[in-house]
Amino acid sequence: MCFTQNFWNLVVSGLADGFLYALIAIGYTLVYGVLQLINFAHSEVFMSGGFASYFILNAAIGTSQPHGIASVGFLALGTIGGGLGGAVVAFLLERVAYRPLRRRNAPRLAFLISAIGASYFIYNLAGKEFGRNALEIPSPFTNGPVFTIFGATVQTVYIVVAVAAVIMLVLVDRVVATTRLGKGIRAVAQDAETASLMGVNIDRVISQTFIIGGVLGGAAGFLFGLPFGVVYTMGFTPALKAFTAAVLGGVGNIRGAMIGGLILGIAENLGVACTQASWRDVVAFGILVLVLLIRPTGILGEQLGRAA
Amino acid sequence: MSDAGSPDDLGPVSPVGTAPRPGDVVVDVDEITLSFGGLTSLRAVSLTQHRGEILAVIGPNGAGKTSLFNCLTGVYRPQVGRITFHDRRGRAISVVGRKPNQVNRAGIARTFQTSRLFNALTAFENVKIGVESRMHTGPLGAMLRLPRTRREERASDARTLELLDFVGLRAHANDIASSLPYGDRRRLEIARALGTGPELLLLDEPAAGTNPSEKGDLAALIRKVNAELSVSVLLIEHDMGLVMSLADNIVVLNFGQVIASGTPAEVQQDPAVVEAYLGAPDPEDG
Amino acid sequence: MSTVAPRVPLVRRVWRSDDARRGFACVAGGLVLAVMTGPSGSGTAPTSGFTGSLFHVRVVGFVLFGLVLWGLITARSRYSSQVRAFSAKVTAAPRRLLPDRRVRRVVYLAVLGFAIYYPTILNSFWQEVLVDQIGVYVLLAIGLNVVVGYAGLLDLGYVAFYAIGAYSAAYWTGALPIHPLFHLNPFYAIPLAILAAMFAGVLLGVPTLRLRGDYLAIVTLGAGEIIQIVATNLQGVTGGAQGVIGIPHFSVHLFGIRYSWGLDSLPYYYLLLGFVVIVLFAFRSLENSRVGRAWVAIREDEVAAESAGINVLKYKVMAFAIGASTSGFAGMLEASKISFVEPSDLTVQFSILILVLVIFGGMGSLPGAIVGAAVLQWLPQFLRIHPLFGFQQQDLYMYLGALLIVMMIFRPEGIIPSRRRKREIGLAEHGVGHADAMGHTSGPVS
Repeated sequence: MCFTQNFWNLVVSGLADGFLYALIAIGYTLVYGVLQLINFAHSEVFMSGGFASYFILNAAIGTSQPHGIASVGFLALGTIGGGLGGAVVAFLLERVAYRPLRRRNAPRLAFLISAIGASYFIYNLAGKEFGRNALEIPSPFTNGPVFTIFGATVQTVYIVVAVAAVIMLVLVDRVVATTRLGKGIRAVAQDAETASLMGVNIDRVISQTFIIGGVLGGAAGFLFGLPFGVVYTMGFTPALKAFTAAVLGGVGNIRGAMIGGLILGIAENLGVACTQASWRDVVAFGILVLVLLIRPTGILGEQLGRAA
Repeated sequence: MSDAGSPDDLGPVSPVGTAPRPGDVVVDVDEITLSFGGLTSLRAVSLTQHRGEILAVIGPNGAGKTSLFNCLTGVYRPQVGRITFHDRRGRAISVVGRKPNQVNRAGIARTFQTSRLFNALTAFENVKIGVESRMHTGPLGAMLRLPRTRREERASDARTLELLDFVGLRAHANDIASSLPYGDRRRLEIARALGTGPELLLLDEPAAGTNPSEKGDLAALIRKVNAELSVSVLLIEHDMGLVMSLADNIVVLNFGQVIASGTPAEVQQDPAVVEAYLGAPDPEDG
Repeated sequence: MSTVAPRVPLVRRVWRSDDARRGFACVAGGLVLAVMTGPSGSGTAPTSGFTGSLFHVRVVGFVLFGLVLWGLITARSRYSSQVRAFSAKVTAAPRRLLPDRRVRRVVYLAVLGFAIYYPTILNSFWQEVLVDQIGVYVLLAIGLNVVVGYAGLLDLGYVAFYAIGAYSAAYWTGALPIHPLFHLNPFYAIPLAILAAMFAGVLLGVPTLRLRGDYLAIVTLGAGEIIQIVATNLQGVTGGAQGVIGIPHFSVHLFGIRYSWGLDSLPYYYLLLGFVVIVLFAFRSLENSRVGRAWVAIREDEVAAESAGINVLKYKVMAFAIGASTSGFAGMLEASKISFVEPSDLTVQFSILILVLVIFGGMGSLPGAIVGAAVLQWLPQFLRIHPLFGFQQQDLYMYLGALLIVMMIFRPEGIIPSRRRKREIGLAEHGVGHADAMGHTSGPVS
């Protein structure tokens, strides 16, 4: 096969991609859980996180080359900054593009259109304000090979992505499973009407859901921007793939989004090995169409939200 | 009349080409079981309806009546069992596995528990959509206004007016469906179902939420549908007065199982039925 | 103030009051508009755009604008009955006359006459705009209106079919690196381009239209992205990133008539006008036919439509394919007019643009699609040559995005709403029906 030669290398880079997809996919899945809607503007939450971390690290690091404990500190700063940027945009997005429609009980089509409008507004505004060229995030660490496993070289940046992602994924899983906030989210996802009768403040839960998704998506924007830089159009493709990951795992299902992200990352990298890099997105899209045709409810099923 | 619900398995074959007579089987539900996840909502339910019969399905809330309807119309697919519909031309049509529109085309039309009209359209348009489902105009014919398109338009307009007349809504033809009073909406939904030219009409609680005088009108309409259009009627209803006065036969469901069947008089005296109803808080509730 | 306690409820009361919130939203909207129309920033000076917009005298104008807007909205809600009475009085005459078929016919003829005469007095720049920016987009909007407006489906990959139409034109005229079965003048390749786009629509529609409506949106979005990648990468077939050049202009020689369209825009305009009028008539008949009513039924209540004997999937595919073929038709017309196709023009943005035209004009409304396309396509051109407004072409999609949100919040039925659609949206907001074909799931929580 075309990928056997490089198999483990591809798996390692696929896992790194997969962790990012998983982080973004959770934003889709959570919002889908409480609103039964695909948040089309989630790509811009991701982009905003990238820019926020760029500005913060640019100010903090400047031209210095941090290492050791300082690297870890700056990484944490970038992740938190990205998460905050994503959270703020996600919160505003819900307030401006979703809530007025929810108040009016508008048709679903209106939500999707409003979200698409928000997406185009946000990323083109970013392009206008921050320029349309890619900006390089000052690196908090020196990238290079760390160790090899099955002959695959593992770079520092992969480890950074994996560690940060695993921490956040575990956190969000625990938050949704155990906290009061998580209980609210699950209650609204299951039956919003009953939840509101039981005293759950639906508006607040929805806001919080967007914020959690925004934190993860924004942090993913930072982790993505580390190797690739940030640019106003950076959201579209990773978000489309993350959505694929969410569907793959079962929309509305948090662990499904994680598994779907990892599978998609690996499958995409293996698939690309069989074609050319320029067909990368076609491979991911092919996977989306296949999943929708064969198992539209995903691997783990649609758990958080109601079945269709 | 034979006992509805007895396991008299007629099988899927019926002599082709014989004219239907009143008393032939029109639909045969054979031991269907339907479950969602771990929840079984119908357990080995069987019933037989004969052509021209008004059959009522009663039972306390949650007994599985609407699930049964959804199986009969292709909305749900029972995991076990067969449903066979015998049409006018003597064909035996298996309902399980067909989509709702295919079931409708075979000759089973329905109304819904909470009426599902096309609310932004007029009464006329609502019925016409039903009538037109039996026509053939495609997009090309519609765009070019071919002669056949015009012919079909005229035919469906005429049929729609007839049906509106039949249910007594001719005067409201141009009213928006959502603006009609409740009882009229019920009648309109029946007219739309009749528009699709059914042999069997499934009515899901047609009298729910209507006032006594509307109820009387509806009962008369159902009788008229049955007698004048020779459409068999399968009815879910909570109003016992209505059921007893309308139905030729009754099937009683409880917890997803048939617990009794027979004529109204027989069913009324059945101890299992009495118990089921006394056990339930109030059969007319909701 | 003697104590702190009574002040807190006051702040809260003000914040809770709808008037204050609306005022806040209006001023915030004014400030956002100030930033949108203000100077641009850059990566090295990310705040310069904001400071240049907000710490500048011009901001006063935008705040005032917000306040005036607030005043108008407040006045409208306070004097709603008087406003309604007044607007009823003003529109009484047209509303009485318009249903009259003869009056309508006269209006249509007058509009058509204007559409025929007006371009002759324009200069060549505006004539070109009229074809490349307006005419083709009117056709595209009318086509997407079938999908979004009539069937209530969200198609975000409309560009894919435009591309297929354009490349079909290139293929049949022999402009592609691969050779066609036989060479055709683009005029005769029209049916083939339409068929190709329709076929693609069916191919994409059949599997995805079974799914929930938002999945359709994302799959079409992906398809729109993929078509560009494919057009760029399949060098040997499509000519790659450079695109194809040398697609010939239309020409006819039939029944002794010989005519060739050339570089001049005006003949293309009239050709396009003719096509648009034909398509308009066809789609209007479609709307008021068995097929159109089936779409309404599906839009309103899929379950009820199915049980009334309507094959939902079939009608969805039909709408999707009709939209696709119109897009393909437009693509082939434009490719032949400008005589080239470039993958870089076939962006997802293009699909969004057409969607905005339809939404702005009014979903399901043919006059809406026309006016929406004409106004929104004309406006950027107008703003571009009048630098006073500070409009930059590259910010176009920022404005369009904002417009989509504003439309969805304040006027989802569009500027010239279809009467039926408006009623549906109103009813859906009262919890009756869906007003779209987004699937069986219950609507979003309120």
